Amino acid sequence: MFEIQVNDKTIKAKKGETILDACKRTDIYIPTICYMEGLEPTGACRVCVVELEGQDGLVTACATPVEEGMEIQTHSQRAVRARKTNIELILADHPDDCLYCVRNGDCELQVLAEDLGVRQRRYFGDKNEYDLDDSSPAIKRDPSKCILCGKCVRVCEEVQTVSAIDFVNRGSETIVDTAYEEGLNLSNCVYCGQCVRVCPTGALREQSHIKEVKEAINNPDKMVVVQNAPSISVTIGEEFGLRKGKDVVGIMNGVLRRLGFDRVFPTSFSADLTIMEEAAELVERIENDGDLPLITSCSPGWIKFMEEYYPDFIDNVSTCRSPQQMMGAVIKSYFAEEEGIDPENIYSVAIMPCTAKKFEAERPEHTRGGNPDIDAVLTTREFARMIELAGLDLSDAEPEGHDTPFGERSSAGKIFGASGGVMEAAVRTAYNFITGEDLEDMDLESVRGLNGVKEAKIQITEDLEIGVAVASGLKNARKILDQVKEGRDDIHFIEVMTCPGGCINGGGQPRGMDMEAVKSRMKALYNIDKTDKVRRSYENNAIKRIYDEFLGEPLSEKSHELLHTTYKKREDVLL
Amino acid sequence: MPNTSTNIRSELVQSLNKNPGDWSQDLQDELKNYQHKELEKPIIYIGTGTCGLGAGAGDTLKEVKDYLERNDIDAEVKEVGCIGFCVEEPLVDIQLPGRTRVGFSEITEDKVEGLLDSVFNGQIPAEHLVGQFKDQDLEPYEDIDYIEDHPFFRNQTRRVLENCGRVEPTSLEEYIAQDGFQGLAKILRTTTPEELCDLIKDSGLRGRGGAGFPTGLKWKFALDNAAEQKYFICNADEGDPGAFMDRAVIEGDPYRLLEGMILGSYAIGASKAIVYIRAEYPLAITRLNHAISVLKEEGLLGDNILNSGFNLEIKIKKGAGAFVCGEETAMINSIQGKRGMPSPRPPYPAEKGLFNKPTNINNVETLANVPGIARNGPEWFKSIGTEDSKGTKVFAVSGDVKNTGLLEVEMGVRLKEIVYNIGGGIADDNEFKAAQIGGPSGGCVPKQHLDIEIDYETLQEVGAVMGSGGLVIMDENTCMVDVAKFFMDFIQRESCGKCIPCREGTRRMLDTLKAITRSRSQEDKSKHESLKRFKSVVYLKRLANVIQDSAHCGLGQTGPNPVLSTLRWFRDEYEKHIYERTCPAGVCKNLITYNVDEDKCVGCTLCAQKCPSDAIKGKQQVPHYIVDEECVRCGQCVEVCRFDAINVK
Repeated sequence: MFEIQVNDKTIKAKKGETILDACKRTDIYIPTICYMEGLEPTGACRVCVVELEGQDGLVTACATPVEEGMEIQTHSQRAVRARKTNIELILADHPDDCLYCVRNGDCELQVLAEDLGVRQRRYFGDKNEYDLDDSSPAIKRDPSKCILCGKCVRVCEEVQTVSAIDFVNRGSETIVDTAYEEGLNLSNCVYCGQCVRVCPTGALREQSHIKEVKEAINNPDKMVVVQNAPSISVTIGEEFGLRKGKDVVGIMNGVLRRLGFDRVFPTSFSADLTIMEEAAELVERIENDGDLPLITSCSPGWIKFMEEYYPDFIDNVSTCRSPQQMMGAVIKSYFAEEEGIDPENIYSVAIMPCTAKKFEAERPEHTRGGNPDIDAVLTTREFARMIELAGLDLSDAEPEGHDTPFGERSSAGKIFGASGGVMEAAVRTAYNFITGEDLEDMDLESVRGLNGVKEAKIQITEDLEIGVAVASGLKNARKILDQVKEGRDDIHFIEVMTCPGGCINGGGQPRGMDMEAVKSRMKALYNIDKTDKVRRSYENNAIKRIYDEFLGEPLSEKSHELLHTTYKKREDVLL
Repeated sequence: MPNTSTNIRSELVQSLNKNPGDWSQDLQDELKNYQHKELEKPIIYIGTGTCGLGAGAGDTLKEVKDYLERNDIDAEVKEVGCIGFCVEEPLVDIQLPGRTRVGFSEITEDKVEGLLDSVFNGQIPAEHLVGQFKDQDLEPYEDIDYIEDHPFFRNQTRRVLENCGRVEPTSLEEYIAQDGFQGLAKILRTTTPEELCDLIKDSGLRGRGGAGFPTGLKWKFALDNAAEQKYFICNADEGDPGAFMDRAVIEGDPYRLLEGMILGSYAIGASKAIVYIRAEYPLAITRLNHAISVLKEEGLLGDNILNSGFNLEIKIKKGAGAFVCGEETAMINSIQGKRGMPSPRPPYPAEKGLFNKPTNINNVETLANVPGIARNGPEWFKSIGTEDSKGTKVFAVSGDVKNTGLLEVEMGVRLKEIVYNIGGGIADDNEFKAAQIGGPSGGCVPKQHLDIEIDYETLQEVGAVMGSGGLVIMDENTCMVDVAKFFMDFIQRESCGKCIPCREGTRRMLDTLKAITRSRSQEDKSKHESLKRFKSVVYLKRLANVIQDSAHCGLGQTGPNPVLSTLRWFRDEYEKHIYERTCPAGVCKNLITYNVDEDKCVGCTLCAQKCPSDAIKGKQQVPHYIVDEECVRCGQCVEVCRFDAINVK
């Protein structure tokens, strides 16, 4: 550590830090727009500029490494004027649409304009007028509101290695666009929604389905059922000021009913169902020399990515549908039969931490006779919005349980929300399917945590040791798949999650890159698992019942019809 | 059976490790041949650099060859590069055996026959004569001036350009004959990379691309960063409008640049080098490709160059039409296949550049200076120039001056010498108004500072910069606001779009300049455009300062310079545009107003009939009136009026 001067105060800094790092650590506020934690600074927005003794111009705090003896002024007149002018320059051609904008009250540009005291229109330009890209089921692009901070481009390129969008044109004509200006639906975008989470303005948002869901709720002829993903209950509290990682599952169910949903189901149930089918599939492939490694299929962003970039792995991917879709299928078959309702009158909603699930729900493989298994998907953010729009909040409900017949879940189904969770859940059940016994030592620490690629070797029997790998974030998926391509053959099972860290960090989750929040959510899930009574999917009574009464056994014909799917190669999208 | 000339060439290369004085007699004779001293037959040199070709030298070349065939004359035809006297292109030199070489100007296709008829019949025609080249070994012509005494050449100090226009750029032999590669041979034999860096530091050579950073120091930074792979890049993007110094050097003397690159790569320890050259220079690219392949054949590129153990591979990477790619980090991104946008520095390229390896980038002219220093030593280099700016600078002079072209002068030469002595004064004998130095990053020097000595620091004091060498001379008929608008437009179109101050700020500045060069009638009252115009002018300087302070790279940081510079020296012109809505120089078309002088108008209605927009009202024999809002400033009324009754303001 050494000393530097910031605003005439001495603070400590260490080698390798930037001015911004040192100031953040000591609570000195410097506004930023394009700064992204964990990624190399790009110095694009010039909002974090500070005055550095000895330099002619201003320097960016985010990209300037500290050196001993530096003298910095973060709020000198020159620095503040530059910051303010740069914001004013953005505002010059930004649509004056605040009151009607999806980010009204929640916009980084609004915050900066206020913080920097912008009160005058000094610079005038023609307001941006670009066509809205409404083409995809998951993400809506409004380039007129884009301030070209570049965060979406970087997250797509550097974190996800998809590069569906990039800067095109030059000068003030620069915009962010897809290749050949096609709509997102014709691009290689996998709809993971990470771009939506980092966008500071209303330029990127999910396609909203709140309206459709409300209409269905208000329609007396429709029975509206809702499932909620494992991550939701440990995240939704944050949107209402509760402690990060607090599990509010009971209250959440109560609020859902108050919103008008007729039935509330946990997706963790169908996660258990997925485990039953997928573990059976794994065992079958191991025992019959099938295509290994088996790769999970519950992350729809990963599926599209695989279809585009790794189509040769199509036969490795599990044919199991995702928990969302399995739930959708059994709702409109098993549940409909039990209740004596025509599936056409069931409106099935899923609340997901994910934007790609909106795309998944519309995949033609997931409809039957023209009736989609899932009618609408809402992100965590939309869910919070619905609660607010109804004038409610999380203190307005008593804790309630889930509905039958899907109201029970094992905690194996709950940990799906964290990267590594699917793997652990699958191993618990696969162990039983192979050995006929219960796996006692269930905590697979080596596949937990936020590392991009995690691996483990698990001794199932004396003769059988299986290799497992867990990748989250598509850049990391490439890493492990490329190894397999090169000839690596000691892996039996790979879990791939599109979003780094798993669904708890999904594209539909609250905005920002708050890794502390992600860690809290992850901890919450594993805590639930640690203390739960039912920790293995096959021990879930509701699961036992659905097989007894309806499906028969895993991989049965009925199971295949309802719970399995096919994929298609999409190499042509890469032109 | 190997080609004899290739044998000679290889021998010349092999002999580089010895002094020419120690070469075999045969080799020394060959050398004289390549120095054009002992001719067996006449040589006709044709300047086919891009400037020459633009003036018709391609046709001249063809016609010369045809003439020789038609008349069965055995003479050699050599294509040479640009000697710098571009205004007089196509330039043709003729050298008869034993006599000096004589230069002729403006020899277009139609002039060839007349000229060659004369010369081959022993007559040097006076028309189109530029002069004869001095040579102590050849018999001069009587009564013909020396080119070296020509006003254009007399005050130049041609070191970088010494071979341009004189030698065949494709000939390695001719380059060696002019002491080419002596420097490299000496250095590889006697000097370590570290010592070479010190040598260049000692010479005082500063980057000629515009920034003027000490080259030796820059090399040292890259040398001191250890890595298994380092890269050396030559910046031949030359994006400044009106700058063509680098083009001329590459077209006219490519081996010089390559020698400089090999020396530089050796100095920093790079085994791979790249020339990043703008795609709009196809001839230069061809010359460079050819030169590189010749050097590879002769072992001056590749493994173990001149038995030194040093290996170097040079590749060419073409630009794709982006001025911003002349910026170091944007160039690196471009070479890596990414969008040409700059990256934050630190880390500097010397630490982490191309493919994250230590990289050094130098401008073409900087590198073209290196062989001379290597050969003659640092004292030779710094024997001329000023205290802080040693050596020479090449300028591409264009605009309202008589002698437009390329020239090389000692640092410290006065601007007025360039304009009046070398440049021949203002074209049409108009008045000098300003000299724009440094292109879109530069500023202008007004009349009162014509005396200024050209050097990195003094130029900054008057708000200009050395830049890469583009020098535009402007006369009294230039509107300085229009000049500022031109450069701002360029900056905005070339801005990469990454950072807010440049992308948005320069656009706002451009809009302001457009607003004040537009007439009242073109303003949309409903959008309060006149108020916006006024406000934008009030904040113009503030905006300019923020852009200078906070832009990501040199393009943005220097973008406002032309505006600030013209504002400083020609404020009154701006004020006339803003407050009186007139353009004193008569350039801003939209601010020109046409009125009818009632005293002179007889009401003949001719102008009203001619007017394409029906802006002239009036009855027969009654003085007419021009409605300003309708007038499109075509000027037709002025042309048809026989009574000189229309005033243009």
